[in-house]
Amino acid sequence: MPRVEFQNIAKQYGRVTVLDELNLSVEDGEFLVLLGPSGCGKTTLLNLLAGLIEVTAGKISIDGNEVTNLDPKDRGLAMVFQSYALYPTKTVRGNLKFGLSAQKLDRAEIDRRVDWAAKLLQIEPLLDRKPSQLSGGQRQRVAIGRALVKNVGVFLFDEPLSNLDAKLRTEMRLEIKRLHDELRHTIVYVTHDQVEAMTMATKIAVMDGGVIQQVGTPDEIYETPANLFVAQFIGSPSMNMLRAKVARDGERLLANLEDASASIDISGHPFAQPPKDGDQIVVGLRPEHGLVDASDLPASLELPVQYAEKTGSDATLFLKTGSKPFAVRIEPSQAANYQTGAAVRVGFATEKFNIFDAQSGRRI
Amino acid sequence: MTDILPLSPNQKAFKEYPKKPAKIKGSSIAILIFLTMCALFIAVPLYVMIVTSIKHMDQIRLGEIFSLPTQVTFEPWWKAWNEVCSGVQCEGVKVGFFNSLAILFPSLILSIGLSMVTGYALALWNVKWAGTFLFILFTAAFVPFQIIMIPLIILSGIIKVYGTIWGVAIVHAVLAMPLLTLIFRNYYKDIPNEIMSAALMDSGSFWRIFFEIVLPMSGNILIVVLILQITSIWNDFIIGLYFGGIGTKPMTVILANSVITSRGEISYNVDMAAALLTAIPPLVIYFVLGKFFVQGITAGAIKG
Ligand SMILES: Nc1ncnc2c1ncn2[C@@H]1O[C@H](COP(=O)(O)OP(=O)(O)OP(=O)(O)O)[C@@H](O)[C@H]1O
Ligand SMILES: [Mg+2]
Repeated sequence: MPRVEFQNIAKQYGRVTVLDELNLSVEDGEFLVLLGPSGCGKTTLLNLLAGLIEVTAGKISIDGNEVTNLDPKDRGLAMVFQSYALYPTKTVRGNLKFGLSAQKLDRAEIDRRVDWAAKLLQIEPLLDRKPSQLSGGQRQRVAIGRALVKNVGVFLFDEPLSNLDAKLRTEMRLEIKRLHDELRHTIVYVTHDQVEAMTMATKIAVMDGGVIQQVGTPDEIYETPANLFVAQFIGSPSMNMLRAKVARDGERLLANLEDASASIDISGHPFAQPPKDGDQIVVGLRPEHGLVDASDLPASLELPVQYAEKTGSDATLFLKTGSKPFAVRIEPSQAANYQTGAAVRVGFATEKFNIFDAQSGRRI
Repeated sequence: MTDILPLSPNQKAFKEYPKKPAKIKGSSIAILIFLTMCALFIAVPLYVMIVTSIKHMDQIRLGEIFSLPTQVTFEPWWKAWNEVCSGVQCEGVKVGFFNSLAILFPSLILSIGLSMVTGYALALWNVKWAGTFLFILFTAAFVPFQIIMIPLIILSGIIKVYGTIWGVAIVHAVLAMPLLTLIFRNYYKDIPNEIMSAALMDSGSFWRIFFEIVLPMSGNILIVVLILQITSIWNDFIIGLYFGGIGTKPMTVILANSVITSRGEISYNVDMAAALLTAIPPLVIYFVLGKFFVQGITAGAIKG
């Protein structure tokens, strides 16, 4: 299966620069998710790869061959669109067959592939229907089928699940994942849904404002976000961010928190380069890394309860700090025990901290 | 693997609910009166034409144009179809009918085909200078025919189609192109971007996408344009008069000639019958396709 590479890609619309100096590579058989907020240029990047829009500068190569100036049909790609983009006047079978029209294949081979895809996606009973006679999930499946029959190495998905309801989305997520495990295509998948990204990807590229902020496995992205944007974008409830000033106390490094007017010991943090006395930093703490009423941990905070929130299997306690509430994950059964206003002590293991430079926003 | 959704939704038994009483408002009465007047404006002359065409000349001479025929006769219709003279030729308007048919089909195919493909290219493909081209086309739609008539006659003489059916068809196509291209372009603009993107990745061929994807989605607009074109080509007089040769004069021209060249007493009944005969084909088209016309104008490319 092919490898996809973007080199120094720039894309401008008139005087508006959407992407600039972008470099990214997708390895063989990898499931890369492009994740980012709306308008950050994900679709643009995908369409550039597909050849549906032209790059302003830079090179795109697939499997070592430069494809920057090739027609979409000659790039050896298949794409699944957000709106499915099924041909409304063709039957499901016709849609699948049209997917093969650029390839010169004989009848038997076409039928064989259509049958194979229909079977794989369980759309055999639907082959003679028109798209308007299908449900959303079925249409989605046909759209995937139309891409599958092409038998190419690289698949592109542009927010394929965003038009489905929550239950169907979970099902289709598993199904796409299963297809990838089975067929091992190289996949570039665009979404702004972090759950999709975390569950499906083998690698995630987080984008913001046309710039790739971090590329890494879901765990890397989640555990060691490269900067403040990634840290805040990934995770729900999002990471607690506390502004602080570094103070050196003999051997120990202390972070004097501004909002909570407390100081915590950050000596145990595996710094890439330790901050100096007086540096402004941001300490990021994931809600699930806090332990309520665990005073034996080296870093702890005492804060008043604002409210508790239960979402079925999870519960989150929101504590009052100066600006934004501070979220801590708790046992759902405990949620009722916390009264508004009561002070709670939250402890943290130092190695779980994410510490960022307040100025550059980068992880230190 | 997930299970497929049920193939047919559960149907509920049909329940009869009381109908809401219809309300007539002041504004709808006004609209009704207005529409009735409009209808009468068309219907009264039509009535006169029809009754006159089945009266004997004796009754017509009395000058009571609104009276019903005392004795119904279809002879004027027969005469109009078979015997009426256009210049020296006395073979009725049927000659013109067949000429008109012979002009209609090539003109339709040429004018619709040309503007359809142009509209498709302008709407869905990256055509350089598409905006400028559209603007020129749009401007051309307002150029009066009389201004370009003489140059067109010379041009069609040069390409050796002057006086033939193809000459007439080409002029029809050229004149209809601005409006029809705009109509098709605007219709195709509604085709979602992603469908076109998918087609570009699947096939990438201009003609294949046109014939397999775009043409089948054009049903609605095709009906609209067909009705527009059939009516305008059939009712055309001036192009047929100037560009048609001796044997290719359309029905309208034959009709006009026959009315002018009546000898002696003017046989109003035959003239009326001939006029009605000429008007029938577009009327039939309206009756048959009129329902789709409204549908087609309001519907987009998607759905249907
Ligand atoms: N044809 C265009 N002309 C000008 N600007 C454009 C054009 N297409 C996209 N843009 C701009 O490029 C930026 C990136 O757009 P893009 O569609 O790639 O976003 P996205 O990340 O896919 O967002 P979403 O999640 O909402 O789909 C946006 O700011 C958009 O306004
Ligand atoms: Mg997008």
